[in-house]
Amino acid sequence: MPGSTPEFVMADILRPTEAQHLLTPDVLEAPPLSLSKMAWLRFRRHRMAIFGCVVLILIIMYSVGGSLFFSEAYANKTETTKRLQAPSAEHPFGTDTIGRDILARTIYGGQISLLIGLTAVIVQVFIGVIIGAISGYYGGWLDSVLMRFTEAILVVPQIFLLLVMAKYFGGQLPNINLFGRTLSGSVVVIILIIGLTSWPYLARIVRAEFLSLKENEFILAARAIGTPTNQIIFRHILPNSIAPIVVTATLGVANAITLEAYISFLGLGVRPPTATWGNMLEGAYNYIETAYWLWLFPGLLIVLIVLSINFVGDGLRDALDPRSRAI
Amino acid sequence: MSHLLDVTNLKTRFRTPEGTVYAVNGVSFHLEDGETLAVVGESGCGKSVTMLSLLGMIPIPPGEIASGSALYRGRDLLKLKDAQLEDIRGKEIAMIFQDPMTSLNPVLTIGRQITEALCVHTNMSKKQVREKAIELLKAVGISDPYRCLDEYPHQFSGGMRQRVMIAMALSCEPALLIADEPTTALDVTIQAQIVELVIRLRERMGMTIIWITHDLGVIASLADRVIVMYAGFIVEEAKVDDIYDDPRHPYTLALLAALPRVDHRRKQRLKSIPGAPPNLLIEPHGCPFAVRCEFAFDHCREENPQLVSIANEHQIACWLDTKTGKPR
Repeated sequence: MPGSTPEFVMADILRPTEAQHLLTPDVLEAPPLSLSKMAWLRFRRHRMAIFGCVVLILIIMYSVGGSLFFSEAYANKTETTKRLQAPSAEHPFGTDTIGRDILARTIYGGQISLLIGLTAVIVQVFIGVIIGAISGYYGGWLDSVLMRFTEAILVVPQIFLLLVMAKYFGGQLPNINLFGRTLSGSVVVIILIIGLTSWPYLARIVRAEFLSLKENEFILAARAIGTPTNQIIFRHILPNSIAPIVVTATLGVANAITLEAYISFLGLGVRPPTATWGNMLEGAYNYIETAYWLWLFPGLLIVLIVLSINFVGDGLRDALDPRSRAI
Repeated sequence: MSHLLDVTNLKTRFRTPEGTVYAVNGVSFHLEDGETLAVVGESGCGKSVTMLSLLGMIPIPPGEIASGSALYRGRDLLKLKDAQLEDIRGKEIAMIFQDPMTSLNPVLTIGRQITEALCVHTNMSKKQVREKAIELLKAVGISDPYRCLDEYPHQFSGGMRQRVMIAMALSCEPALLIADEPTTALDVTIQAQIVELVIRLRERMGMTIIWITHDLGVIASLADRVIVMYAGFIVEEAKVDDIYDDPRHPYTLALLAALPRVDHRRKQRLKSIPGAPPNLLIEPHGCPFAVRCEFAFDHCREENPQLVSIANEHQIACWLDTKTGKPR
């Protein structure tokens, strides 16, 4: 800088810079961050993921907390005199073709949609992890057999499989009681068939993880102290591959909710009177222009939840990536 | 003399797409109770594979144990079932590995990994296991073991991790410890500490040790007996003093000549062995060291010498008496 005296430059150098200022003894001497803390720091910086988390929590609060204000009987009560009413003070989201309150139904439908999303993923993770783990760890002919089976399921379009299975298994089913609610037995069928058709992707991801992880020296070391094979698989390798599993499972929830909506929309999914966001859309296409509230509210909720789960999944992918060590 | 381990004519092969790798070619040795045996040789000469074969830890296929027996306390390790071997591994025979940076599972706590062998092999309660783990960490010289139990491997330095590995291996007080180049990945001062630690623990627990290394300097203070391996063969076996004072096999001579020495500084360049260890894909014919041997003559290339006794507890596999320079 012209005109600056040497003293000034000296003082400038000696003054602690901003970076030095941040490295207080506290920061320098703190123990290294644990993996989960590092993941949280990275996740927090992902703005859309935080937004997705907030929306997700709001939707869960809406569908769980809402049942405090409306009874399930109210959600399923038909009043033919009040059919197809536009949103009003009495029915904020309007009423459907047989006079049921749409607000109450989106609340109870949300519970079912969330239940289906989460449990279908549990089924999917259970099958996918076991098949992928066995395939990747043992290799050889077992791997070949399991992977050809996985591919055989992958080549059939999932929607097609779902519709066939829904049609086949969805006969007359007894109602079931869960958490004080009476659900149509078709919910269980939908959960199972979504789970049973979604696992191949996860199985392939888990297999790939196992193939590379099993070559690690720490697996050799674990075997050297006599750890049995099942413990090697589930307590040594599986925790190392948890990141892609969590990400796939998270995105799987959104996928399961969409699939449920899809087959319910086609009338093969969850049977009325049990509401889901998907079967609320069933028949709404007749009223796309005349009664927008029939499809707007459940549709909006599906869009919001799928979008927010995908944002969360993206955030998790970045946060849990073991190769990304940056905070 | 009671032998803890008696290995006879062990042959291990790997059938790979490129052909059969002759990794271990008829190795025989024995171990006496309480002694320390060093196994030396260049990388890729079958030291580790020999030990992994004994513990049933080579992947089968492609690996294959073509022949041999390994009697450990009257039981042939090579004929045991997987479940029986799992019972022996960690409890009777433990192994530690070369690279402490990769030998610990990054997602499990140190405590979880140290207690693993105890949980697998004993019926101790959670509390007892934890106390034992703390005792072990103290024994291997880790300060503040209480905090360490809940930490993860990435929070540890290389030397500390190797100490943890040793604690892990020793948790069930095995009769035999196989140390596969445990100091190779560490810097020299830490190496010395680890060697000292192992010597101390050996005295306390009365362990028998097989110490695999390619560093002849390390074993002088540690071993009782030395086996020199080359290309899957044992080429010389002797007491540790004899290896330094009276080495006979040209390969041992060459290895010793390649050691840097304090008293020879600057006078000469370090001597290296020309060439590289042989390609184990080709079935050995003749002496495997012949191509690199400065004393080799015609007979060496035609027939592989057998291990013969030349003195008390001193065996070599060579057609030449290197002391007199005359063929045998």
